[in-house]
Amino acid sequence: MSNDVLVFVEFADGAPTKAGLQALGAGAALAGQLGGQAVALVIGSGSADLGKHGAARTLVAGGDAVSSYSPDGFARIVSEQAAATGAAAVLASATPMGKDFMARAAAMAKCGLAADCTELKAEGGKPRAVRPVYAGKALQTVEAPGALWATLRPNVFAEISSDGTAAAENVTVSFGPGDLKAVVKEIVAGVKGKLDVAEAEIVVSGGRGLKDPAGEGKQNWENLEKLAETLGAATGASRAVVDAGWRPHGEQVGQTGKTVSPKLYVACGISGAIQHLAGMSGSKVIVAINKDENAPIFKVADFGIVGMVEDVVPALTAALKEAISG
Amino acid sequence: MDIIVCIRRAPTTDARIKPGADGKTYDPAGVNYDISEYDKFAIEAGIALKEKHGGQVTIVSVGPSAATKELRTAIAMGCDAAHLLTSDAQHDAWSLAQVLAGKIKELPHDIVLFGWSSVDNQSASTGQMVAELLGVPSVSVAVALDVADGKATVDRLAAHGNRERYEISLPAVVTCTKGLNKPRSANMKGIMAAKKTAVPETPANAPADGVAVFKMDPPPPRPEGKIVGKGAEAVGALVKALREEAKVI
Ligand SMILES: Cc1cc2nc3c(=O)[nH]c(=O)nc-3n(C[C@H](O)[C@H](O)[C@H](O)COP(=O)(O)OP(=O)(O)OC[C@H]3O[C@@H](n4cnc5c(N)ncnc54)[C@H](O)[C@@H]3O)c2cc1C
Ligand SMILES: Nc1ncnc2c1ncn2[C@@H]1O[C@H](COP(=O)(O)O)[C@@H](O)[C@H]1O
Repeated sequence: MSNDVLVFVEFADGAPTKAGLQALGAGAALAGQLGGQAVALVIGSGSADLGKHGAARTLVAGGDAVSSYSPDGFARIVSEQAAATGAAAVLASATPMGKDFMARAAAMAKCGLAADCTELKAEGGKPRAVRPVYAGKALQTVEAPGALWATLRPNVFAEISSDGTAAAENVTVSFGPGDLKAVVKEIVAGVKGKLDVAEAEIVVSGGRGLKDPAGEGKQNWENLEKLAETLGAATGASRAVVDAGWRPHGEQVGQTGKTVSPKLYVACGISGAIQHLAGMSGSKVIVAINKDENAPIFKVADFGIVGMVEDVVPALTAALKEAISG
Repeated sequence: MDIIVCIRRAPTTDARIKPGADGKTYDPAGVNYDISEYDKFAIEAGIALKEKHGGQVTIVSVGPSAATKELRTAIAMGCDAAHLLTSDAQHDAWSLAQVLAGKIKELPHDIVLFGWSSVDNQSASTGQMVAELLGVPSVSVAVALDVADGKATVDRLAAHGNRERYEISLPAVVTCTKGLNKPRSANMKGIMAAKKTAVPETPANAPADGVAVFKMDPPPPRPEGKIVGKGAEAVGALVKALREEAKVI
């Protein structure tokens, strides 16, 4: 085993994603502690000089076999490069893609996976990871007997900028398109450019306090969208409103929804049930707007406003617009 | 169709979790259990496939003997048989995947269903690992599933609300999430059937964890929050705090 760290860097539309660069930053920091180097792995045609973001080498696996996403195809490439580099740690971001194929890749390598980690460090020359479990009610510190395979929660690790260069080195893919077990055939829905709540830096969430968007709550949800737009935020929701069919389930934040850790989380008309808090209490700064001063959300909120969403949300949007433009 | 559903007995989502005396696992005092939330979507998907194509739904689970309660709940919902592989210890996904794949290989299986993530261990890995050990295709986080002619068409919820469509040959592993269906509750007939169905228990003999827990800590407490004011008049103070104190905007 080497002291190197292999990092799968996710690309979208030909450029590395923010979460991918955060994983690379974390990998470079860990490699530094281990006395090795960070090796970036890109799958597909995208290429950038990842030397500017902490990579000492950039491996690119391309070709027909990986023109579309395939869980087993991506897993195979990552496990092969893990073996080829003898990496002490193999990392990817815990995005929907990373969560999907890294488990399969780790199994190919006969290793476990430390999923959705929020901290990485070398102790006694070995990598260790910290991961929230029980929806953030506890933190596990884990280690592996061999290489540590881990996915990293978006928005927790810092991107780095460095002045190195790491020109793309093409690596061979040992299989053809016909060997793949599952390949994306088509994208059947989705909103282009819509921020995913799990990856956004700012999240504005609405709860039952906003009322039915098909009835008296219509204006409240429009106001919430405007607030999100002003902040460049993704919109989230409590389970109560998802179950009521007011919002899509991809927006649900909480123990049985998405876990988010943005720099700013704004909860509007959300009471703060334990399952909701479980999904968002890792946020750096929490703001709550609720008419009930005893709502449990205020226990975790850094800043609270006791008031009606009808009044406070549009006023906040206006004040933010003024502050941002001024 | 031979349908297998892997389910996990997990602490209920309202459980208070505190590190236990060993510093590695939680203190079970006062903790209640239920079928891990997303596994209910997998059970429902299994029963729906049986209703459409015929066949049977078999539950496989690794857990303590007490988990027979959750297995019987699954039978009461409409599953036909259940196997409990007993272990009182906590295992990571890689250890569990090896136990589950070993058992599944002994059973006829056209499709193996999982929850996309457990609510407690939250590794979102077990299903894909089992698929790799069985050498079959996997699609995770399914929001639509249809089976015909030895193939499954599966829609997976990916980033940005995108749905990726896959067509995979059976046998295959599919992990299920909210949006796929509405899990039914048990009816009286099911509850009676569950009472009469034997749930065989065999020791899991789980191999070592792939990632071992070195320690478990409570999360750092959040500092006490403050109310900046009441009503729309308070937004000025809030914006100022976000800019100058928290520096997030
Ligand atoms: C197994 C299980 C899993 C769960 N998982 C999740 C999960 O992942 N995520 C999740 O969110 N929940 C989850 N829940 C549900 C959770 O227990 C709560 O029921 C839910 O979070 C409540 O949603 P809410 O805060 O929107 O609604 P409520 O609890 O009804 O709160 C509405 C809030 O709005 C305030 N309000 C009302 N009108 C106004 C107004 N005009 N202006 C300002 N404030 C107003 C009220 O004071 C109240 O605090 C789960 C529950 C179970 C049993
Ligand atoms: N002990 C277990 N027994 C059976 N199935 C399990 C067990 N643990 C996890 N699973 C299955 O694997 C899924 C994902 O779990 P996890 O990888 O822990 O997030 C769960 O939703 C279950 O379907």
